[in-house]
Amino acid sequence: MAPSLEEPLQPVDDALDAALKKTPSLVAPQPEHCPGPESQNAGKGDACDGCPNQAICASAPKGPDPDIPLITQRLAGIKHKILVLSGKGGVGKSTFTTMLGHAFASNADNTVGIMDTDICGPSIPKMMGVDDETIHVTSTGWEPVWVSDNLGVMSVQFMLPNRDDAVIWRGPKKNGLIKQFLKDVEWGQLDYLVVDTPPGTSDEHLSVNTFLKESGVDGAVVITTPQEVSLLDVRKEIDFCRKAGIKILGLVENMSGFVCPKCTHQSEIFRATTGGGKKLAADMCIPFLGAVPLDPRIGMSCDYGESFFDNFGDSPACKALKEVVRNVGKSIGVNPDEILADD
Amino acid sequence: MSLENIKHITLVLSGKGGVGKSSVTTQLALTLSLQGYSVGVLDVDLTGPSIPRFFRIESSKVRQAPGGWVPVPVHEASKESEEQNGNEHIDSTNGQSHGHGALYCMSLGFLLANRGDAVVWRGPKKTAMVRQFLSDVHWGALDYLLIDTPPGTSDEHISLVETLLKQATPAQLSGAVIVTTPQAISISDVKKEINFCRKVGVKVLGVIENMAGFVCPNCSECSNIFSKGGGKVMAQEFDVPFLGSVPLDPMFSRLIEEGKRPFYPEGTVVDGKQMQTKDDLLETGTLVQNYTACSLFPLFDGMVKELVKTING
Repeated sequence: MAPSLEEPLQPVDDALDAALKKTPSLVAPQPEHCPGPESQNAGKGDACDGCPNQAICASAPKGPDPDIPLITQRLAGIKHKILVLSGKGGVGKSTFTTMLGHAFASNADNTVGIMDTDICGPSIPKMMGVDDETIHVTSTGWEPVWVSDNLGVMSVQFMLPNRDDAVIWRGPKKNGLIKQFLKDVEWGQLDYLVVDTPPGTSDEHLSVNTFLKESGVDGAVVITTPQEVSLLDVRKEIDFCRKAGIKILGLVENMSGFVCPKCTHQSEIFRATTGGGKKLAADMCIPFLGAVPLDPRIGMSCDYGESFFDNFGDSPACKALKEVVRNVGKSIGVNPDEILADD
Repeated sequence: MSLENIKHITLVLSGKGGVGKSSVTTQLALTLSLQGYSVGVLDVDLTGPSIPRFFRIESSKVRQAPGGWVPVPVHEASKESEEQNGNEHIDSTNGQSHGHGALYCMSLGFLLANRGDAVVWRGPKKTAMVRQFLSDVHWGALDYLLIDTPPGTSDEHISLVETLLKQATPAQLSGAVIVTTPQAISISDVKKEINFCRKVGVKVLGVIENMAGFVCPNCSECSNIFSKGGGKVMAQEFDVPFLGSVPLDPMFSRLIEEGKRPFYPEGTVVDGKQMQTKDDLLETGTLVQNYTACSLFPLFDGMVKELVKTING
């Protein structure tokens, strides 16, 4: 096919709309430039000529996905659902997700769930210290892995026979698994469900948004690091949230500044040459939830699967994190004192 | 076919995001170019393209030619290099002025109307774009094509390897450089990526450990922010070459973000050479000239020589 210089963008609205529809079962992989088997033009586009799926796509009923009400019903017992997003990888989405989980769970009255939708690079089980666990299947559904009495975790990592195995899956297969996670996991009554996502704006994000829309998401916390290379991708993620109608609870700047443990000189390892997270939040008119400095002990806690919150409660990084958690609480209409019970 | 005249195709992979794939790709490209090779960089990270930013060519646009796209030039080959073309490549450590090869880039970032626009694509659309990038870009004759990838082992990776195995000869597809950071969280994702390479039959050329330590500019104390030594242990475990550890250098980010030539405190010696200090700061030059003053350049110079040796057998 001859390349063209026209903007290669599929309108986001189309992608979002199509994701809400039921997928017909296909007999062959989707071709290049497939309009999407769920879309209104399925089976009628230029790309559909000669595709073995054409008749199926064209005749399939374009109704809403019948699984969505099931998901809504399954998640009805969850009070607050928070997404953790970032366009960029390695900025601390999973780290922040675990911190948020631990912080919510520090109040014994709360029950908290963490769902890891990063299928190709799941980090949550290791950070929570439960990477050798497997899932129990009961008659009512899949039972999450419980880290403590009131903190449960679900991740694709639990289903791998060998934990170093690569999950080499294309989009539709990933979407299927995310749907199953939402439909079949028996969370029970939860106060908070924190959903960790992979970097980017693609299949996983569209699916999570689609399937959770009905049951109501409180909003998304967007994570960034201070340098422009990261802000560039995060801007795209914010654009995505806007178009998808996901409320943004606020922006967190992670890895901002590093204090040398020897001479206490503060260095900006990831320099905020363009104003960092604060400026981005102001430009985009979204709340700025706080800045968390780099602390080698955070990474170490994650590697050993321990709670940084419990072990280094007095460090500046932990104080900054608590402030962020309080702000998150405020933005979802919860009294911050109820979240952090101890102070 | 657009890959026809490319001698070697090398992938830069990592299971984890934000470990420095694009930063390593950039430095490998600059170093290869400084060693006199002509280099192309293809960015297949469709939802978060960083390569235009790293080469400071964000405002550039791709031009269309009959039957394809013309990649964006970062710099053309210098005169000395052209004269040397086909002969021995100049040893770049002699510190003398020497030629550098041409450097071109291709990224989805160049095609977007607005740099903040989200690219919301599902798998099949991404596959189509990756294929188009591999078949419709007029690279011309290149010594090396470096392919920067998004994190994970999904659509982009499957399509990329599938297409390369079909369109490139086994001699062209030299293999993959794996990037990791030292901490266990990153290593566990990167192991998956090495298993991916094994499964699809792409040779692992070596592992680079990035963000290994940060030297405080004030007291020269080295802090291991993201732990240390993990990359080497992993390389041994999987029996793949370990190319080296790259520390965090704020001067490199300064070079990328602000385009300013790096300088170091008096007494900073890398590879037996005193690094440039603030006092003898030269007027700003091009990115590739400024990169020679960066403390990471000698490191990459060594690693790239090793890589070239491995690739050429």
